[in-house]
Amino acid sequence: MKWKRSIAQTLGGNQKAAVIVAAVLAGFGLGFGVAHLMAGSIAYWGVVSGPFLLSLRVAVPATAIAGITGVASGYALAKGRFPGRNVLETLGSLPIILPPTVIGFYLLEVLSPGTQVGGLLTRAVGHVLVYNVAGCIVAATVAAFPFCMRAARTAIEGVDPLLEQAARMMGLPSWRVALQVTLPLARRGIAAGLTIGCARALGEYGATLMVGGDINGKTRTLSLAILDSFTTPERNTMLLILVLMAVTAMSGVGLLGRSRT
Amino acid sequence: MTAALEVTVARQIGEFELDVAFTVESGMSVLFGPSGAGKSLTLALIAGLIRPDTGTIVINGRVVTDCARRIHVSSQGRRVGMVFQDGLLLPHRSVLDNVAFAVRQASGRRARRAVARSWLERVGAEEFADRRPGSLSGGQRQRVALARGLAGDPALVLLDEPLSALDSAVRRELRDLIRAVILSSGVAAVLVTHDAEEAEELGDVVIAYNDGRVTGRRIVERPARPEPQPGAPESTESA
Repeated sequence: MKWKRSIAQTLGGNQKAAVIVAAVLAGFGLGFGVAHLMAGSIAYWGVVSGPFLLSLRVAVPATAIAGITGVASGYALAKGRFPGRNVLETLGSLPIILPPTVIGFYLLEVLSPGTQVGGLLTRAVGHVLVYNVAGCIVAATVAAFPFCMRAARTAIEGVDPLLEQAARMMGLPSWRVALQVTLPLARRGIAAGLTIGCARALGEYGATLMVGGDINGKTRTLSLAILDSFTTPERNTMLLILVLMAVTAMSGVGLLGRSRT
Repeated sequence: MTAALEVTVARQIGEFELDVAFTVESGMSVLFGPSGAGKSLTLALIAGLIRPDTGTIVINGRVVTDCARRIHVSSQGRRVGMVFQDGLLLPHRSVLDNVAFAVRQASGRRARRAVARSWLERVGAEEFADRRPGSLSGGQRQRVALARGLAGDPALVLLDEPLSALDSAVRRELRDLIRAVILSSGVAAVLVTHDAEEAEELGDVVIAYNDGRVTGRRIVERPARPEPQPGAPESTESA
């Protein structure tokens, strides 16, 4: 398998993680393609393609936002001693501990234009943040955030402080030490957190249901469509699609994983 | 003439108490003593990595630490180059980038890399410029670390047991190189070692340490011969 080794050797750590994410997404896409060919005769494709594309529209920005804020928070927790550190740590981890529907309930309280906080927020943003794609993105971001934050924190804490010290001795200002030394050295852990965060954002269900509302054609993501399909006659087709997606995605990850040397 | 370095510091760490005072002129000064005598702690204080409990540190006439006046210039602002025991090169950057990071006197990436390349040539490491530190031997890494320590046009260079992790043949080779490059660059240097032969070979002045105190100071007599030049042949033996 020379070609796999050569791909792995050519790609750096960040790129490998990006390729794995791309492989997962491509696996999903390929799974859909094959399923489409097989299920085309029963005209089911239209029912799932919309939710699939909506899930991508939600998961990509959610992962980006959770990635940026999660890495920044993870860095602050790993390096900083500041007031509110424990609050950030606890609040940042809540979405892992609390049931998703409870998170959804809190988000509704914060985002609904009908509540005091939500009213202020809606006026500040100039856009309603519930029962639309924006609400789904907020829910997915909150779900993905703790994974990005915790993975980044662990990875940053694992960077040899002597290397950072050496960089400071070279006269690099603190922001350059962070951007050019600490974060690149923690890149594998951060990439792992982003990958898990992306998977979590793709699969988000409970909070999305409460904040997005499962509106067909508007906020019905793939996870919501899967549950809905179980009450319809196309249940078996959906099952086939899910199996194909899982097998294709896992095969892609497995192939690339084995080629990492 | 202003001393290159004036140190009068005290620092308590657990049971250990460091309390030293010494002055360093230009050339190579060596802090020599057994392990645990406080030599590396002194370097960390000079570098600004640790704050003393009391005392002052003056580099080239500039006060960088004065506990009484609450002055503590950060390690970034001291213009001190440092060569660590195991190099501590950034593993994710090329050798050239490692040295270029330290260049402060040139602006722009291309200019910094040009200065870095010239320093790599001076230490005989230009052929490794595009390699990652992980692919270098211990001696090669220390050559690059020496170039990095000097590339920032520092007022003072600190070398913390730079040869202790190397085998004896490479140590002998690098001793000559370190002394030649430091002397030719004109910057004052303070080197820490617990090896008596190394102290004798490298130092113009040897400051003896024991149990957190300076116990002696000696000027090393050297035969009147030209100092080795960087890049000069390491052996003149003929077959």
